[in-house]
Amino acid sequence: MNAPQAEPPAILVEHLRVVRGGKEILPDLSLAVPRGSVVGLLGPSGAGKSTLMRAIVGAQIVAGGGVTVLGHDAGTAPLRDRVGYVTQAPSIYPDLTVRENVAYFAGLVGAPKDQVAHTINAVGLADQTDQLAGTLSGGQLTRASLAAALVGHPEVLILDEPTVGLDPALRNELWKLFRRFADQGTTLIVSSHVMDEAVRCDRLVFLRDGHVLADGTLEEILAQTGAADAEQAFLTLASKEGAA
Amino acid sequence: MNPRLTALTAKRILQQFRRDRRTIGLLMLVPMLLLTLLWWMFGDTPDPSTGQPLFDPLGAKIMGLFPMILMFIITSVSTLRERTSGTMERLMASPVRRGDVVMGYAVAFGLVAVVQGTLLVLYSVYVLQLDIQGSTPALVLIIVMDALLGTALGLAASSLARTEFQAVQMMPAVILPQLLIAGLFMPRDAMPRALELISNALPMSYSIDAINHLLAGDTGAIWAEVGILAAFIVGALLLGVLTLRRRTG
Ligand SMILES: Nc1ncnc2c1ncn2[C@@H]1O[C@H](COP(=O)(O)OP(=O)(O)O)[C@@H](O)[C@H]1O
Ligand SMILES: [Mg+2]
Repeated sequence: MNAPQAEPPAILVEHLRVVRGGKEILPDLSLAVPRGSVVGLLGPSGAGKSTLMRAIVGAQIVAGGGVTVLGHDAGTAPLRDRVGYVTQAPSIYPDLTVRENVAYFAGLVGAPKDQVAHTINAVGLADQTDQLAGTLSGGQLTRASLAAALVGHPEVLILDEPTVGLDPALRNELWKLFRRFADQGTTLIVSSHVMDEAVRCDRLVFLRDGHVLADGTLEEILAQTGAADAEQAFLTLASKEGAA
Repeated sequence: MNPRLTALTAKRILQQFRRDRRTIGLLMLVPMLLLTLLWWMFGDTPDPSTGQPLFDPLGAKIMGLFPMILMFIITSVSTLRERTSGTMERLMASPVRRGDVVMGYAVAFGLVAVVQGTLLVLYSVYVLQLDIQGSTPALVLIIVMDALLGTALGLAASSLARTEFQAVQMMPAVILPQLLIAGLFMPRDAMPRALELISNALPMSYSIDAINHLLAGDTGAIWAEVGILAAFIVGALLLGVLTLRRRTG
């Protein structure tokens, strides 16, 4: 792993500074995400998870620093069919069916046609294939939105709270799906404000008030804090920081 | 721009549009109904100078305005929706270029505009017996261009709007001045000089100038105006592309 010729990280964030609505949301954030891993971006609501993800896909105006993805500046043309992005609010067309939505996004990244049905099955929406997206339940809509990003088999997947509001069985299914993608070499960043999803990830990044509290494997973070689980570790780190 | 991505996007927009039967009906029927009202008022009133029904010049000049307004509203609201629902953010992170999105809308709604404009002219000429001296296909061309202009202006204007209310309010702001001073109520050269100069900068003026040629039976004279209208359409589309932002705050 520490060989000098190690692959460059999938995502490199260096001294990223983001200002939104006059407020400094990310003051100075640096982060490296290794390839082929599932990284959990964990932190309470308002920590800046979505803002960081928007910067990684190149949707966010940044005030300083930079983000490099697969060796290219974030959001530039060579990345656009290699990076998949699922926004926090499900964003597909309510007046198209699930199939039409997924087929459109598949077409945009040049994915083979047979991937459309395959991906819809993979997210468990086979029975809703021809249903209008606007009539889906909340959890189904989330999965349809996810399918639209998965269908191109991107090398990097940025998923903003993809499991929020899903029942435990479905969450389990989706995490297995994310794992399959990672096993095929995809790098995934999955955000969540639910700390118990930490055990699903290869690495964790704890985010609070726009900066990184911890960055490492769950074992490392637990050892470092002496905590029993991710939630406790987060609280320990947060209070330590508050005291400093 | 990438023709494949533009075509995919246009197809997707038409798929969405197809589901909204009521909007399709309104879009096709409302201009015809409005023109019927005008015919009802002026169909039997002779123009004092020519003896022809007043409906002929009035109907021909006002006709293009209805598709222009409707297409403007449809286009600006749909693109705004795309921005507020997060799908635009998604598209901007995909291989789609800004030009593909704008041209996708222009092509999709342009096709709708062709159907709408053609139906309206055929209805006016064959049902309401609108009598212009010039050629009917030339009238179709100008009315369809008006509808395309509405689409192009709607794309450009929607970038200034943050909410659907604002998007709808763009219509009176952009279209109604043209209704007032583009030569509908008063020949442009009879207006105060300053107003005439302002009207020179409004695309609708050239549509009405072209219609005036047709009413005078001079079909061959419309091409300068058609060219200017085309330039306005292209200009508004470019503006739409330039004001679309890949990154937002
Ligand atoms: N458009 C905006 N203008 C101003 N402040 C914003 C905007 N979007 C988000 N914020 C603020 O930025 C902070 C981080 O937001 P976000 O990245 O959405 O957090 P998270 O995804 O972790 O919940 C929050 O305090 C939020 O209120
Ligand atoms: Mg968020």
